Amino acid sequence: MTGGGVVERAVDVLVVGAGPAGLAAAARLAAAGAGRVEVLERERTAGGVPRHCARGGFGAFTGPGYARRAVRAAVRAGAVVRTGVGATGWAGPLTLEVTAPTGLERITARAVVLATGARERSRSARLVPGSRPAGVFSTGELQQSVELFGLRRERIGRRAVVVGSEPVARHAVRTLRRAGVTVAAVVSERPRGARLPVPVLRGARVLELVGRGRLSGVLVRGADGRTGLLRCDTVVFTGDWIPDHELARTGGVPLDRATRGPAVDPAFRTCVPGVFAVGNLLRGVEPAVVAAAEGRAVADAVLARLAGAPWPGPGVPVTAGGAVRWVSPHRLTGPAPTLLLRPSGRLLRPVLTVEQDGRVLHEARLPGRVDAHRSVRPPTGWTADVDPAGGPVVIRLDKP
Amino acid sequence: MSVTRRGALPDTSAPGTAYDVTVVGAGVVGCAIARELARRSLRVALVEASGDIGEGSSKANTAILHTGFDAVPGSLEARLVREGGRMLAAYARETGIPVEPVGALLVAWDEEQLAALPRLAAKAARNGHHGTRFVDAAGLRALEPHLGPGALGALAVPDESVVCPWTTPLAYATQAVQSGVDLHLDCPVEKVRPGGPAAPHRLITRRGVLRTRFLVNACGLYADAFDALVGRYDFTVTPRRGQLLVFDKFARGLVRHILLPVPGALGKGVLIAPTVYGNVMLGPTAEDLDDKTATGSTAEGLDALRAQGRRILPALLDEEVTAVYAGLRAATGAEDYRIAAHPELRYVTVGGIRSTGLTASLALGRHTVELLADTGLELGPERPLAPVSMPNLGEAFPRPYRDAARIARDPAYGEIVCHCERVTRGEIRDALASTVPPATLDGLRRRTRARAGRCQGFSCGATVRALFEERAR
Ligand SMILES: Cc1cc2nc3c(=O)[nH]c(=O)nc-3n(C[C@H](O)[C@H](O)[C@H](O)COP(=O)(O)OP(=O)(O)OC[C@H]3O[C@@H](n4cnc5c(N)ncnc54)[C@H](O)[C@@H]3O)c2cc1C
Ligand SMILES: Cc1cc2nc3c(=O)[nH]c(=O)nc-3n(C[C@H](O)[C@H](O)[C@H](O)COP(=O)(O)OP(=O)(O)OC[C@H]3O[C@@H](n4cnc5c(N)ncnc54)[C@H](O)[C@@H]3O)c2cc1C
Repeated sequence: MTGGGVVERAVDVLVVGAGPAGLAAAARLAAAGAGRVEVLERERTAGGVPRHCARGGFGAFTGPGYARRAVRAAVRAGAVVRTGVGATGWAGPLTLEVTAPTGLERITARAVVLATGARERSRSARLVPGSRPAGVFSTGELQQSVELFGLRRERIGRRAVVVGSEPVARHAVRTLRRAGVTVAAVVSERPRGARLPVPVLRGARVLELVGRGRLSGVLVRGADGRTGLLRCDTVVFTGDWIPDHELARTGGVPLDRATRGPAVDPAFRTCVPGVFAVGNLLRGVEPAVVAAAEGRAVADAVLARLAGAPWPGPGVPVTAGGAVRWVSPHRLTGPAPTLLLRPSGRLLRPVLTVEQDGRVLHEARLPGRVDAHRSVRPPTGWTADVDPAGGPVVIRLDKP
Repeated sequence: MSVTRRGALPDTSAPGTAYDVTVVGAGVVGCAIARELARRSLRVALVEASGDIGEGSSKANTAILHTGFDAVPGSLEARLVREGGRMLAAYARETGIPVEPVGALLVAWDEEQLAALPRLAAKAARNGHHGTRFVDAAGLRALEPHLGPGALGALAVPDESVVCPWTTPLAYATQAVQSGVDLHLDCPVEKVRPGGPAAPHRLITRRGVLRTRFLVNACGLYADAFDALVGRYDFTVTPRRGQLLVFDKFARGLVRHILLPVPGALGKGVLIAPTVYGNVMLGPTAEDLDDKTATGSTAEGLDALRAQGRRILPALLDEEVTAVYAGLRAATGAEDYRIAAHPELRYVTVGGIRSTGLTASLALGRHTVELLADTGLELGPERPLAPVSMPNLGEAFPRPYRDAARIARDPAYGEIVCHCERVTRGEIRDALASTVPPATLDGLRRRTRARAGRCQGFSCGATVRALFEERAR
């Protein structure tokens, strides 16, 4: 940071990101008397992604309603929620650099909670070849354009193709239709999935984007191996999440290889003393209530830290095996209250095995079906039996 | 001084109202020529087919400010690259265009390549570059710790730099316009009616007729097609595609120099280079095509790049890709530029500006004006150009979002809109109000980097679009 006039400040807890996770953490911490609890939000409005999910799907609420309620709860509990304030880097182990219209600050906290969320991988990051026409969106950009800026068919496009097989593809379809855009098809790589009110090409892949200036179509290879051009002027790439881990990484917080989010223990402690991480930052998108529950759950460990509790060592790494894509938490420093794992595909009544150094800690047949778009929460009683001096704990899902 | 995008062109039909010189094509080369002409008391037009400057080859290159160490000794290209490189480095310092003199390493991966290094050093010396030196395998590892296994040594070329390819033509165009040049965008020249000895040429454009006494062809890939409009058939342009991958800023720590391949029998090969924006780029491929609009990427091209990148810098492939793009070089079969003056036509062709046009641009501008003078154009006395100062897009230089004093004066520089690239509302506002404003969101991206970051608009796209459309209305 250059020039004089950088304000140095201190707070007790600094939460970065005013989405469901950060706001829930702040609300509980402020209510528990953690001292000055400050939440930084880089957008003009607090609330995170639900702000532009103008529909149900958040318990009894619409997204914006849910977001407003979360903000109100944090403010009422005594947390300070600052908007238009972006954390841009670190000036010390627990000191963040901040840019706001009011100037530059360096804020030192006794504990930092990172809740910076996740984003969808872009068309480039997915390495989809072809031309670079206008008319290419992610669901995040689409929803904001429609719900926050009122864009309609004339400015979005007439005919869209949605790419993706996660639940958010359905949201993209709904948003497009609300904006008056015709949805030509959904292209889903998975062979199966929920029904949608538009044609779904299952087991299909986008090979290329076509069009000069403006998109004119997407080249698709279908499940039968045949390729064809779907004519459209808009394409929405949905799902395929990557945590917004920039701040975590620049702060030297080690990431988990599978999730690309910070590696945390059951209390959401990262490997950097005093720095916690919650919500979608940990692994990409879960429902808002899950992110908010993590925000509430982190409060106990933050309070313990403020009271002087020692920071535990790295603990035992938890790794994914078989048909498990990722597991969270990523390290065990003691019993885990909950565990989240993502299957890499659909399995009927799979066998869950937990092993450490060849020793089976837990084995069970999961009831029903697991699928790639929903996390599984297996029982966690076995976490008490983990040898703290042993090797990695491997969690697997296998066909029965 | 004006920039027009629509409507009829200024009336040049009355005697004495014709332009003195019209430069057709507002790529980095045409903009540099127009800027050089602006030093004189001449009526100059810069005419461009697309809606913005720098929309052709100039927007999609590898952004290296070459020393010209590997040019064909004695060629015009060798001279103009050498001179242009120095001129652009100085110009960049003066105007704020970001340049990072990171230096290059020509990395040898086998004995044959290793054996070629002394020859390349000798060639560099013949091009006036005596500063190259040999680095052995251990030394190379110390310089580039993340290099893949098997590198045997390298030739270090200290003065190679990376530059901002977007602000460079923009600076030229801005300075030209502020110094009196008329820039006509969205104005493809479709026919040319060459004038007689005393009469001006008539350029038939989609927006009307433009009369000019002298004419410069800076049409890049279309230089041959434009030549044909005046009846010249001296060369054919073959588009040679280069596909590139831009990796996330987290990759920047993996590489310190421009890592060049040793040119061999199998062509030039791909390079890995830092960008002034703090990313790392991998590319380009080299594919001869016949479609001058084929700027798409292909699955095969991207796979090949990734395979080569994995060998050079394995850790690079673990990072996210921020952007994929392709550019077309104007190959003509000759190992040199195709620059020709036609005094009888009062016409200069600046063609075949293959893969070094960004570096050579300022020297090309000067050279072209000399040729115009030889062709009969009275230059008149020199006058100073309007000073310009470009917004900094470079990561190694202070950006507004970190400038307390600037934010204190104008809070808009403290309001980050594009978070990945840390572009503030103040910078977007300035770009929209600038001398050569952007015509599209992509034009805005090239002026500010808004939406050019890792999220590609997931977070900021809607807001940036709203700001752009607010202004456009
Ligand atoms: C398109 C989409 C549709 C969804 N639909 C549903 C649904 O229907 N139902 C449901 O339950 N869930 C849905 N979700 C998931 C839900 O939105 C998330 O679970 C929830 O928002 C996660 O909360 P979070 O706090 O972890 O992250 P976010 O909500 O993403 O909040 C992170 C916040 O951090 C801020 N931030 C990031 N970096 C910085 C920084 N450096 N400085 C300051 N601030 C920063 C961001 O601006 C953002 O406001 C959807 C998600 C998406 C993306
Ligand atoms: C992949 C790649 C990598 C490269 N790497 C480097 C590098 O590292 N360093 C370097 O120095 N150089 C590099 N180059 C080369 C450099 O980009 C080019 O030499 C340079 O951009 C050429 O500029 P130009 O103005 O001649 O052409 P262009 O930028 O193509 O401009 C020509 C313009 O003329 C316009 N035009 C054409 N016909 C008409 C008409 N009839 N009427 C009106 N307008 C017309 C077009 O619309 C276009 O805007 C690279 C090129 C590529 C493709």
